[in-house]
Amino acid sequence: MTSLHCFEQAFVGALFADEAHGAHASAWAAQPGFAVYRNTVHKGCIDALEANFPAVARLVGRDWVRAAAERHLAEHPPRDPCLLHYGEGFAETLADLAGDDLPYLAGVATLDRLWTASHTAADAPVLPHDALAGLPPEALAALRLAPHPAARWHGSQTLPLNSIWSANRSGEAAALAALATLEWAGEGTLLTRPVAEVIWQPLPVGGCAFLDACARGERLDAAAAAALYARPDTDLAALLAQLLQAGTFTTSTGSPP
Amino acid sequence: MSAPLTAGLGLKPEHFDAALAERAPGLWFEVHPENYSVAGGPRLAWLEAIRRQHPLSLHGVSLSLAGEAPPDALQLQRLAALVRRFEPALVSEHLAWSRFEGAYLPDLLPCPRSHALLRRLVDHVDQVQQALGRRIAIENPSHYLHLPGHDWEETDFLRELVRRSGCGLLLDINNVHVSARNLGFDAADYLDRFPADAVMEIHLAGHTADPLHGETLLIDSHDAPVAPAVWSLYARFVERAGPRPTLVERDGNVPAFDELMAEREHAAAIAEGLAADTPA
Repeated sequence: MTSLHCFEQAFVGALFADEAHGAHASAWAAQPGFAVYRNTVHKGCIDALEANFPAVARLVGRDWVRAAAERHLAEHPPRDPCLLHYGEGFAETLADLAGDDLPYLAGVATLDRLWTASHTAADAPVLPHDALAGLPPEALAALRLAPHPAARWHGSQTLPLNSIWSANRSGEAAALAALATLEWAGEGTLLTRPVAEVIWQPLPVGGCAFLDACARGERLDAAAAAALYARPDTDLAALLAQLLQAGTFTTSTGSPP
Repeated sequence: MSAPLTAGLGLKPEHFDAALAERAPGLWFEVHPENYSVAGGPRLAWLEAIRRQHPLSLHGVSLSLAGEAPPDALQLQRLAALVRRFEPALVSEHLAWSRFEGAYLPDLLPCPRSHALLRRLVDHVDQVQQALGRRIAIENPSHYLHLPGHDWEETDFLRELVRRSGCGLLLDINNVHVSARNLGFDAADYLDRFPADAVMEIHLAGHTADPLHGETLLIDSHDAPVAPAVWSLYARFVERAGPRPTLVERDGNVPAFDELMAEREHAAAIAEGLAADTPA
């Protein structure tokens, strides 16, 4: 245990010590300037969580999300210096704090995080929307389509997650107003990056199961079966057309995982 | 793009279009590589577009060179990839630590300038320079605390770091001003003793007085124009050492692009000996 190690350990301890107790292990931690470090570290982490979860912030308000972020920081400081990636496990922290009051809050946080994942994912060529036109049914059934690195999807069997998240993410007045008369049914969301920026759209819940199967490297007939198992009323032709139109797949297939 | 770098600006996302269109000779832009440590997507595409028009500087904040652990392997890999892709004119880091037992603490934390710290820094700087295949510049920190355990004056410590590791230095003149005020030393004297030959880049920025403690505790906040005292120190240094690529940093209360360009032009004019040391 070197003296440098002891210094850094004491410094980190003081950064996260409960200020109210005021017991400073070291003379330097009692100097006024110590608060500059403490404030910078805490503010940096909390600002990052607020920025990375904008739909959550709109939904619960700035004060609530920052208080939740402070709680999250105490248990889960960032590990990646790219703070865009900070927030793994924040959905669980939010769910614990919200309890039964906001059953959709963790799902909204999950979608905020999937937006970032899509925004920062690797570039890859998009499978053109008409790439499968004219394929005979047997060939289509045997095809394995690889999701684009920036494609993300998430749904709930019971909660209208897409409507709640999308309205709070975009902040559009009409979408927010429509939440007052929201039909309480399961919804999915598809996020893709067909050109430069992330776009999103509602996805039938069966579509999530379909894409899960594609991501596992399964054939389209197996993916279709998975979609119908999740939701027997899934319109497979419309689903495939939607996925292709949104740029959900890549042409760089490689071998399935 | 072979014109020498004069004065540059920190690249802010809200100024992206203006930065892309600007053609001032010698202009360059600086970014934190951490903000571009992503696999793909629009951020890297923006930076590609800027890089086609302007030289770039990568100014890291997270390698924690003064920390106990060696520079984080993943972040170093990402930095090396950015260096290969963007061929920056300058790469820099800090005399600070920001990691402890795997956690990342988003600040530039201080450390006693002991003999042991110097050995550690030389090792860590060497690892970074090996990984990048190039010389990096190390920035002098802003100080807020009187720490025990210094074996070295900061200027001597940095000179010895340069001698042992072969690195260069990034002289942040606002940090010197802020630290001098907070710790009670003479900023001009510090600058006069600074190893000028090793300076690859200069930083200028604004600061603010602490809301509680006022002018006795200055904060390196980067949210205000460069202060008159910092312009004076800058003029003093370039008169002695000659011009160096100089960055005007602004991270908070970001004004219109033109306003930052005016500050940047003032820095360039001082460096060329064409302006007095106070803003026009």
